[in-house]
Amino acid sequence: YLIPLSSSHYPVNQTTMHRPSLSACQLILRSFGRSGGNIVASRRFASSMNVRDALNSAMKEEIERDPNVFLMGEEVAQYEGAYKVSKGLWKLMGDKRVIDTPITEMGFAGLAVGAAMAGLRPICEFMTFNFSMQAIDHVINSAAKTYYMSAGDVKVPIVFRGPNGAAAGVAAQHSQDFASWYSHCPGLKVVSPWNSEDARGLLKAAIRDNDPVVCLENEMMYGVSFEVSPECESKDFLIPIGKAKIEIPGNHISLISYGKFVGLCVEAAAELAKEGIQCEVLNLRTLRPLDEEAIVKSVMKTHHVVTVESCWPQCGMGAEIAARIMESQAFDYLDAPLTRMTGADVPMPYAQALEAAALPQVADIVRVVRRTLNRAAK
Amino acid sequence: MPLSSSAIRANLLLLRGGGGLFVSSRLASSAVLSTRPYKLHKLESGPASEAQVTSDEARKYYRDMATVRRMETAAGNLYKEKAIRGFCHLYSGQEACCVGMEAVLDRNDPVITAYRAHGWTYTRGVPVKAVLSELTGRASGCAKGKGGSMHMYNHNFYGGNGIVGAQVPLGAGIAFAQKYREDKRVCVTLYGDGAANQGQVFEAFNMAKLWDLPCIFVCENNKYGMGTAVERAAASTAYYTRGDYIPGLWVDAMDVITVREATRFAKDWCLSGKGPILLEMETYRYHGHSMSDPGTSYRTREEVQSMRQMRDPIASFRQTLLTAELVAEEELKEIDQSVRKEVDEAVQAAKTNAVPDPKELYTNVYSQPPSGQPNYRIRGIDQFTWSAN
Repeated sequence: YLIPLSSSHYPVNQTTMHRPSLSACQLILRSFGRSGGNIVASRRFASSMNVRDALNSAMKEEIERDPNVFLMGEEVAQYEGAYKVSKGLWKLMGDKRVIDTPITEMGFAGLAVGAAMAGLRPICEFMTFNFSMQAIDHVINSAAKTYYMSAGDVKVPIVFRGPNGAAAGVAAQHSQDFASWYSHCPGLKVVSPWNSEDARGLLKAAIRDNDPVVCLENEMMYGVSFEVSPECESKDFLIPIGKAKIEIPGNHISLISYGKFVGLCVEAAAELAKEGIQCEVLNLRTLRPLDEEAIVKSVMKTHHVVTVESCWPQCGMGAEIAARIMESQAFDYLDAPLTRMTGADVPMPYAQALEAAALPQVADIVRVVRRTLNRAAK
Repeated sequence: MPLSSSAIRANLLLLRGGGGLFVSSRLASSAVLSTRPYKLHKLESGPASEAQVTSDEARKYYRDMATVRRMETAAGNLYKEKAIRGFCHLYSGQEACCVGMEAVLDRNDPVITAYRAHGWTYTRGVPVKAVLSELTGRASGCAKGKGGSMHMYNHNFYGGNGIVGAQVPLGAGIAFAQKYREDKRVCVTLYGDGAANQGQVFEAFNMAKLWDLPCIFVCENNKYGMGTAVERAAASTAYYTRGDYIPGLWVDAMDVITVREATRFAKDWCLSGKGPILLEMETYRYHGHSMSDPGTSYRTREEVQSMRQMRDPIASFRQTLLTAELVAEEELKEIDQSVRKEVDEAVQAAKTNAVPDPKELYTNVYSQPPSGQPNYRIRGIDQFTWSAN
C-alpha cells in the first residue's frame, strides 16, 4: 500500500498547471513537429487541467448533481485520497457522501454493490486495482451478472475506479494491468482514460451509467496536465462509452492503445514524423465494448497496426484487437501482421532497469513501427 | 528521562573482568527484570512477571534493536536520495517486537509478516547489506533486486507480503504443514491493526482453531492503518480478543523483555497441543505509513515526539540495563559505534554494488519448464523479444 505525496512522478508532457475556470481562456498550443499542421494545434483551448483535478471535479459535480451518488474507499475522506484524487471532497460534502472504509476490499466492495442494488449510486474506489482482486467476486458475480440473472429486475449502477497498471518501482504485487481481466466480462462496461478530457468525460459518463462501470486510471498520469476544450468544463460534459478517439490522424500505420500508453504512442508518433512516417494514434477510451468500427476503419486506411498495452501478452488487449481485425473486412487491407506490444510475460521486477525492460518504451514502439513498415533502423 | 515502570532487582554474581572492554567491576552477569503487565483473553494465567536476562542476552537484544533502528533510518535517507523507489515502510519504533520474539524463536520456527518487514528480515538472518541492497535494487540484494522492499525472504521467513491480510491464511497454512509433518515448531503470523478487520484473517482463525494449528497470530497494533486511526476502522480495538475462541494476550510491545516472555508463553502453549494463540503487540511507528506519507496529517507531532521521548524501546532498554548494571555504558557506546559502522558499510554497498543482469528479467518465472516444452522460452514486450533465441 502506498500513500504518496501529491507531486507527480511523471516528468513528460508537463504543461503549465492551473485550475480550470470558466472565465479563463488560455491558448496553449501543442506542437508535434509534424509537417502539414495537425488537428490539435488549430483548436482553441479554455485552459489546462491535470488528470487528478479532472477526476476530482467530475466526482464533485456528480455528487452535487445527484443525491444518490457517494464515494467510498480507503483514505478517500480525511486523508483526501491516497493519491489526492478526492482532495477537498470530504471537507465540502461531509461524512455521508465521502466515506473512509477499513482496509477490507471484499467487504466494502460487496457493501457498495448492495447499496447500488438498493438504488444508490456508489463510486467504489480501489486504492489500486491490484487490491480489487480481493473483491473481484463482487465486481463480477455480484455486480456484472446481476442484471442478467434477474432478467432486468435488479440494476447495479456502480462505478469501480482507481489506478491500474504499473507505477514506478512498486514491484510484482502492485503493478498488474487489469484491462484484460475486466474487459473479458459481459455485464461490465470498462473505460480507461488517458488525458484530462478523457478522465472528466468518461468518469462522468460512468457515474451516470446505470450499469456497473470499471474505470481504469493510472497513477503516473494523475499529475500530468493537458489542455482541455471549453466543452470539457461544462458540468454535463460526457464522453460516450464505446467510442474511441483519433488523437493524431495518420496514413501509414495505426497505433492503438489505452490509458498511459496512448501518451507513449503520441511521443513515438512525433519522433517518427521526423522521418516522414505518419502514425495514426487511436485512443480506445473504452475497453468494453471496444470501438471495433474505429479500429477497422483505421486499419483499412493505414494497412498496418501496432497495439500497445501493459497487460501480459496472453489473452491481452492486443490479442483481442488482432482477433477483431481478423474477423472483419480490415483483414484484407493488412499489408503486414499486427504486432502487439505488451508487458513482458513475467511478474513485475523491482530493479529499475528490469522494470523498464518489462514494459514497452517509446524507443520500442518506434523500433517496431519501423520494422512493421520495413524501414531501416536509424 | 522517566524510567519504565519495571522494578529492578539486580543479582550480583560473578565479577566481569578481562578483555579491557570496560572498567567497572560491579557488573552483573545476569539480572531479573520485571515484565510489563499483560491482559488476558480466555486464559487462566499469563506469561511470567519476571525474567532472568543475562548480560550476553542484553547485549544481543540491544544490538539487534539498534541495528534495526539504524538500518531503517538509513533506508529512509536512501529513499529521500531516490536510491530506493516505490514503496518503503519503516519499522522504527517497533523494534522490541521482532527482537523480543526472536529471542524465543529459533530459525526452525517459520515467520511470515506483511510489508513493514525490514526489521523481521534482519532478525531472520538477512544481513543489513543484503536488505539495503535489495532496497536499492542491486544483484546483491536478498531477492537479487527483483523483489524490493515488500518481498524479502530467507529460510523459514516467508516475507514480506504486499497485500494487506493475505499473509494470515498463508501463515495458517505454514502451521498446517508443520502439523501435517509432525514438526515440533510454531509458525508466527504477523499482521497489523489495519489487516485485523480483514475477512480472511477470521477465516484463518477458524481453521487454525478447528484443526489445532500451531500458529501464533501476532497483531502488531501501531494504532494506525495507513492514515486511519484504529477507532475509525474497527468496531472493536481489543485486537487480542478478536480471535474470539482463540485465547489472546495483550502485550506492551515497547519493552523487549515483556515481548520475549509473552512469546515464550505463546510458544509453549502451541507446542503443548493447545492450538493457536493470538498476541496483540501494542507498539508505535515513528514514521508515516510509508515514505510517501509524512505521518502528521492524521496524528500530532506532539504525539510522535512524546512516544519517542517517553516510550522508546531502545532508550528504555538501555536505561534498564544501566540501572541493573548488566552492561556498562561504554560497552553500549561501543555497540552503537559498531552498529553504525556496519550500517554505513551496508549503505555504501547498496549504493555501489552491481545492478541485476538484464537476463534476470526472465529468470524464476517457473522452477522448471513445462514437461511438454523443455525449451520453453519467455516472451518479452513483443514477438521479437524473448528470454532466449
